[in-house]
Amino acid sequence: MNAQKLIDKIGFNVIQGRVTAEDEGFDEGLEGQPAVTELVTRALEEKIDPKKIVLDALTASMETVGEKFDKGEYLIPDMLASAECVGAAMDILGPHLVDAGIESKGKIVLATVKGDLHDIGKNIVGIMFKGAGFEVTDLGSDVSSERIADELERTGAEYLGLSALLTTTMWEMKEVIEALKSAGIRDQIRVLIGGAPTSESFAQEIGADVHCRDAFQAIDVLREMKK
Amino acid sequence: METRFRPGTRVKPYERLDADQIQRLHKASLRILNEPGIWCHNARAAALFDTHGARVWEEVEYGQTVWRVSLPAGLVEEAVQNAPKRFVLGARNPENRLELDARVPRVYFGSGSEANVWLETRLVDFTEEKDPTVRLRLPRFQEKRGTAALLGRAAHLCEHLEHLDFFIRPLNIQDPEIDADNHDVNKFFASLNNITKHVQAGLTKRERLPDVVHMAQCIAGGKKALEENPIISFIACLFKSPLQIVDDTAEKVFDIVNAGLPLVISSSPQGGSSAPIQEVGMVAQINAEILAGVTLTQLIREGAPVMYGSVPVRARMDDLHDLYGCPEFNQYNIDCAQLARFYEIPCYSTAGVGDAKVPGPQALFEKLFTHLYMGMSGAQYIHYAFGLLDRTNTFCPVQAVIDNEMIGKVKHCLQEAKVGHEETDAAVAMVNKVMASSHRLFARHARKAIHAGEVSEPFRFESKDRRDRVIEKALERMTEIEKRPPSRLPEKIIDAVYTEVPGLLPGLRGDP
Repeated sequence: MNAQKLIDKIGFNVIQGRVTAEDEGFDEGLEGQPAVTELVTRALEEKIDPKKIVLDALTASMETVGEKFDKGEYLIPDMLASAECVGAAMDILGPHLVDAGIESKGKIVLATVKGDLHDIGKNIVGIMFKGAGFEVTDLGSDVSSERIADELERTGAEYLGLSALLTTTMWEMKEVIEALKSAGIRDQIRVLIGGAPTSESFAQEIGADVHCRDAFQAIDVLREMKK
Repeated sequence: METRFRPGTRVKPYERLDADQIQRLHKASLRILNEPGIWCHNARAAALFDTHGARVWEEVEYGQTVWRVSLPAGLVEEAVQNAPKRFVLGARNPENRLELDARVPRVYFGSGSEANVWLETRLVDFTEEKDPTVRLRLPRFQEKRGTAALLGRAAHLCEHLEHLDFFIRPLNIQDPEIDADNHDVNKFFASLNNITKHVQAGLTKRERLPDVVHMAQCIAGGKKALEENPIISFIACLFKSPLQIVDDTAEKVFDIVNAGLPLVISSSPQGGSSAPIQEVGMVAQINAEILAGVTLTQLIREGAPVMYGSVPVRARMDDLHDLYGCPEFNQYNIDCAQLARFYEIPCYSTAGVGDAKVPGPQALFEKLFTHLYMGMSGAQYIHYAFGLLDRTNTFCPVQAVIDNEMIGKVKHCLQEAKVGHEETDAAVAMVNKVMASSHRLFARHARKAIHAGEVSEPFRFESKDRRDRVIEKALERMTEIEKRPPSRLPEKIIDAVYTEVPGLLPGLRGDP
């Protein structure tokens, strides 16, 4: 298979949302055929430029996926499947991109705040961010403000995504922001918040930078911040 | 003959009665049929019962002869055993045929009644007096007298309601040109010229049965074709409750059975007036009436395809009208569905009727309350389920569109559980795979089920804001459906029907 065919095939499988060969795709009958993981590994073995893989296979195909979602052709599981493909590809490509001097689109730390165990929304955001080319450090759920501040300093991340599902735990976000202030890093971090009980006015009230309605808006917000 | 059918929904029946209770009700019905027996106003039926061993004697009531009939248990039980356990209801489109098998709890939903009123819906914008910037769009309703053209319109709509499995004429045709003599041919033609699903109705005048049958033969492709694919069938309310066989209807039953077409023996006593209000008494009595009707069909012609037609209702205690949206309705009906299953006769049952006069929350409650419960019964043929309001007096097409959405959800809800070895292994593998991932999210693995149609859609008429738009959106859907071309019969067949069947209104042909 020549390089372009391999790139096309990776892109096709991203659109199909197939991480590994055993996965089903959007279309029928693809199980058993090599998917993104196998194809990206093979592309590296064949010395295809990792940057080309990222731009021509992953980024371009995710744009197609986004268009399909906007048209209602794809649902959220389809979108997430494709984003997972990109995330899996980035895991494989990561060291090679560093070697080639290619940086990620940005570093972000994600956490569900202390006292809250709900992490589905935060996980979806993580998949989407990773699929969009960001370097994600996911701290999980029930995370203390001290640990969040420590991880931000350790990773050098410029973005923080906070999640809470409960009206009782959402106020913990304010504690996190206070912790960032105490650590003297608040000015270096853009704080995104989300979760069912949160709102724009709540974000303003606690001093967060932006409220994200859902994962898709969060992607747009991050892209906008990058400009 | 092809063996394609509408899939229906095979359910695991909810059983309210245990085996002992069924036996008790069965024996109570047999006791009722024996003593006091039935009051038969039809001489032919009385003679037939007499010939087959029933004790029959004449009495005079209100100056008229009535035959008292005491049916021996053996006669009833033998006749019930002779009734077919399985038969097919045909359709213009073979894929729309229905397979009724009393041993298989496969549920079909359809329309019903013969309402006098057609309820049209339009939307009107209202402005708040105190704050003119506040505008509301609300439905307004207009009553129309049922006509043959409106019946055709109902059939066209129902053709495109994907969850409607059969069509019982929901509207009484009351055009100035319609009388008892041409009522049957016009109601069947207005239906058959607009829908390719099974069509069922009562017979207004028995003398016109040959014309209706001939019309059906023209459409089905001949006498043999109609026998193999009975695109029409009939409902006969043989009993006037309590326990009285109606003369005219009995004659119709003789004719329909002899014509070889499927028939529903339908009984509709009212708990609290024409039957006991208590569950046990109501069910014992309606079961007795239906069993006597089934017995008559099998004595006329052994093996005649007949449905166990149960429409038990409860009386309101404030005005003695029917009360549909109540727990007793469900209890009566599900018991009957169980008895039909016990007798192995396909069950014609009832759901989706309410007391609400217009679409809205009351209608939603009353309908869903019975749609879901009766779907769970496993009755094969559930009528009244689409568009009825004001008990059975009004047919509202927008309501039919809303009912279609509800019934779709009910069907989905009642699908059999898929928990085989293969599915179980796949589920465990999926859990393993997801738990090995960093995000532990199953969303991606929903895709196969979504694409296979196993995952239901959100309520079609949902609203994203704080306004309820169900009626508005249902009206939009109805308008979209009504713009679709009707499923007319071929011109050649229409010509043949108009040539050979007298009394048809010219306007029902449709545009060539």
